[in-house]
Amino acid sequence: MLNEWLPNVDWERMWEATKETLYMTSISVVATFILGIILGLLLFLTSKGNIWQNQFVNKIIAAFVNVFRSIPFLILIVLLIPFTKMILGTMIGENAALPALIIGAAPFYARMVEIGLREIDKGVIEASKSMGAKTSTIIWKVLIPESMPALVSGITVTAIALVGYTAMAGVIGAGGLGNLAYLEGFQRSRYDVVWIATIIILIIVFIIQMIGDLITSKLDKR
Amino acid sequence: MISIKDVKKIFSTKNGKVNAVDNVNLEINEGEIFGVIGYSGAGKSTLIRMLNGLEIPTEGVVSVAGNEVSRIKGASLRKARQEISMIFQHFNLLWSRTVRENIAFPLEIAGVPKKERLERVNELIKLVGLDGREDAYPSQLSGGQKQRVGIARALANNPKVLLCDEATSALDPQTTDSILDLLVDINERLGLTIVLITHEMHVIRKICHRVAVMEGGRIVEIGEVLDVFQKPKEPITKRFVQQVTEPEETKETITHLLNAYPNGQIVQLGFVGGSAEQPLITNLIRHYNVTVNVLQGKISQTQSGSYGTLFIHIDGESDEVTRAIEYIHSQKVGVEVISHA
Repeated sequence: MLNEWLPNVDWERMWEATKETLYMTSISVVATFILGIILGLLLFLTSKGNIWQNQFVNKIIAAFVNVFRSIPFLILIVLLIPFTKMILGTMIGENAALPALIIGAAPFYARMVEIGLREIDKGVIEASKSMGAKTSTIIWKVLIPESMPALVSGITVTAIALVGYTAMAGVIGAGGLGNLAYLEGFQRSRYDVVWIATIIILIIVFIIQMIGDLITSKLDKR
Repeated sequence: MISIKDVKKIFSTKNGKVNAVDNVNLEINEGEIFGVIGYSGAGKSTLIRMLNGLEIPTEGVVSVAGNEVSRIKGASLRKARQEISMIFQHFNLLWSRTVRENIAFPLEIAGVPKKERLERVNELIKLVGLDGREDAYPSQLSGGQKQRVGIARALANNPKVLLCDEATSALDPQTTDSILDLLVDINERLGLTIVLITHEMHVIRKICHRVAVMEGGRIVEIGEVLDVFQKPKEPITKRFVQQVTEPEETKETITHLLNAYPNGQIVQLGFVGGSAEQPLITNLIRHYNVTVNVLQGKISQTQSGSYGTLFIHIDGESDEVTRAIEYIHSQKVGVEVISHA
């Protein structure tokens, strides 16, 4: 019956594409999480009144973050072609999308990390200092655990944006559901393929949101 | 234990320089509960934060428990801070950790092995009376309980000095008293030196041995709590003392009393130390042919004795009243005859 309604959908290809999308999303989410936290921590710690207060470094990181956050993703992919070719040797396939996905999302996430860290009560950091804590202890045992709900809800939003980005990357040949929907569906006027790909992307987004919300509420003891 | 020499702290702000602490000299003895009182902006918060190096003095020397806190940095400052704990007005607990984990935090910082850590935490939980709440998160605790966690956390590494930064200002009066009792208990049991800053004279009265009054970054008056209560010199000190000795409505009441008792005398008595415990009024009416009417009174306990004020109305033959007042004078009780205005 499914074949009657959706004559052009090749379920095997659809499943392949879904796996590609999941692959691109999960690798880039993990990398964005780590890179974003590092950038966010640097932004926070070098800002005024904090442990590593340093106007110069802060301005440089902020400029980097703002530049990469402002470039539209589609343009970013194109701009990064030489860079991607240099490190991966190719422009095609799901790995080729990763540099652009990570460089596009990490600065966006870094800002959310910074906002999360700013919400930590300054008194708690001061109390830790008064107990003789080292900066590394403050980072690992105070800043990250205390901002964890914000970090998780931030990465949830970022992950959803990344699913969208993978679809865009797909259009330029990175594989995944976006690639399938565009090449096999849109360009050949097989709209059933476009629809199914869209529905699968929606399901992925809903699942990510659900998991994110669940973890956030579990972590939040405030 | 603590010595502060010629200490100045100047903050540069947009509107020029501010002398937050101005030429302060102070010696605090081992085992003492020392209070610093002042209104907000008096510099007391900056002063206490210089004792654990959270602020560095612009000039002068601060040394605590043998460490020159105003000079040392890095690892030696962090080591010194384990001996100089602090509790805070807003408790500053980690909400992501349970009571037990919060108390364990300074032990983790000090590198205490896990097994010892657990034992020490259990001891501390008992000491501050939090049995049964070990696994609660701070958000599930009342203000008083949170401050108990703060105190347990501060005591974890057996410090020599405990700094209290407005530790009871966010608590209701009853909870304040229970926290103050706990602090006295700790001071007596562990011989801990306690420095506290507050704007409430009640706190000073209840637990401090000595007090310094700060105004405009300077210490304007310093002494034994009982002496300061008995003979406050500076106007600001008098205002603080009135916080505890005279209920707010005293002035109104006196005006009312003066109108209500046109005959005889209204006398304000000030008792200090041992004199507060004599049966003065009984002696008065036994030996003199006067009637005595107690109008209003308040006696408060301090760490080194009691202090109080009493308003009485004495009526009778005017000679007899005069002699009765002379008798009170001879009893080393402060007397002030309040005349009809």
